[in-house]
Amino acid sequence: MAFGDTLEKVDRRWIFLVVALLVVIPLLFPLRLPLAVSGPARNFYQAVEAVPEGSIVVLAGDFDPASAPELMPMTSSAVRHLFRKNVRIIALELWEGGPPLVDRILHEIGDEMGKKYGVDYVNLGYKSGREAVMPSFGNSFSRTFPNDYSGTPVGKLPLMAEADNFTKTALFVNISAGYPGTKEWVQQVQGRFDVKMVSGSTAVQAPEIYPYLQSGQVLGLLGGMAGAAEYEKSIEYPGPATKGMDAQSSAHMFIVVLILLGNAIYFSRRRANR
Amino acid sequence: MMNLLPVVLTAIVGILIILSFFIPHPIVAEPAQVLQDWAIVIVASGYVLGAANVYKINGEAAIKQQKDWIYKWVLLGSMTGMMVIGFFFSGGTQFLGDGSPFKWAYDYLYVPMQATMFSLLAFFIASAAFRAFRIRTVDAALLAVAALVVMVGRVPIGNLMTHGLPESIQLPTMANWLLEWPQNAAKRGIAIGAGLGVMATGLRIILGIERSHMREEA
Repeated sequence: MAFGDTLEKVDRRWIFLVVALLVVIPLLFPLRLPLAVSGPARNFYQAVEAVPEGSIVVLAGDFDPASAPELMPMTSSAVRHLFRKNVRIIALELWEGGPPLVDRILHEIGDEMGKKYGVDYVNLGYKSGREAVMPSFGNSFSRTFPNDYSGTPVGKLPLMAEADNFTKTALFVNISAGYPGTKEWVQQVQGRFDVKMVSGSTAVQAPEIYPYLQSGQVLGLLGGMAGAAEYEKSIEYPGPATKGMDAQSSAHMFIVVLILLGNAIYFSRRRANR
Repeated sequence: MMNLLPVVLTAIVGILIILSFFIPHPIVAEPAQVLQDWAIVIVASGYVLGAANVYKINGEAAIKQQKDWIYKWVLLGSMTGMMVIGFFFSGGTQFLGDGSPFKWAYDYLYVPMQATMFSLLAFFIASAAFRAFRIRTVDAALLAVAALVVMVGRVPIGNLMTHGLPESIQLPTMANWLLEWPQNAAKRGIAIGAGLGVMATGLRIILGIERSHMREEA
């Protein structure tokens, strides 16, 4: 009991310190734990893999910096995978805090892989209106986004002349952190415009997507950093998510130990009180 | 008449938007598209109202030196600062261009601060796991077991711990099973219930039965 009392009264800053160490140390000295690719992540990879070379894909990056560590790695992997297959990308964002993040990914990977802006990829940028933008975008890309991220009229971008709605696109990739995100894209766009769709989402939001995954409305799902790491493994390009999985493993194990320890103290105290 | 007009307009707009889901003909699609454009403008106007509200609520509290007034000054100062930098010192519509002061503030202030706020969650979850997650009932025990399996099964260490066992009892397999079946069944039930609720409320508003948004009782 005395040990339990001591543990229960421990200053929570000690717990914070241990969490910090368990996250930082594996980032500095990776353990390279083996990673298994789950079914939803495999389906995401296969859906992108099935996109014919040269076709056009729409990518909606609906997140902001708070979710960047989870969602930027999977966005980068999706862009890299699509560019590798010479698929062209039309990107948009419905979260006000996120457009520069998606723009950075497109330009960095685009430059690295010799892609030309306006021809191989376009970033339409942010449009306020949340869910209301979705059906409008489904009807007409150019009417909803008359200008791109940097203010260039979309009429001057050759890629935009080839697709003004989902009928000319092969896949819709949505990376989302919440509202508006995958759930709303399914409800407003997927069925109505008969769109093939895959989703990447935060680990917290991923369970929300499972009903749509099982019904086939969403073809594949990357859930959180684990999903991103599985996708990095699938495209054989390990990145920040793979690196982060060791840190996540140790932090999760520590939380499990804390739950068990907390309950062991609780039960021993309850028994003593009887 | 003053009350009838909004009800009739709501009914017309609601029915038109519902029809546009099923009838792609321009007679329905074109006016529906115009209404959707208006909706986008209305939602965007909400940002102006939201900013005004932040100034009003926090401004009053800051001036009257209510609880946490110092943080309210920080909020108002940061918000005003970002707007001034964006509107007047960042090249107008090119405010997000590389090298602009607004982009600098976004990259080196906004991004790290938001990431920091979110990452604090890990520390508080760890602390709460120790102090608050108590298995007091059978339901709580089921929840705890499911949480532990998913937490360990979704990370590589779960794979490492059980990779020698038959596949059906490996932690990643069990975690995926929990997500795909029991969790999914509950989520689908909630989604169907919420969907029916939304449809019922929508119909009540379109038919003019529900008028609470007009400050009227049904």
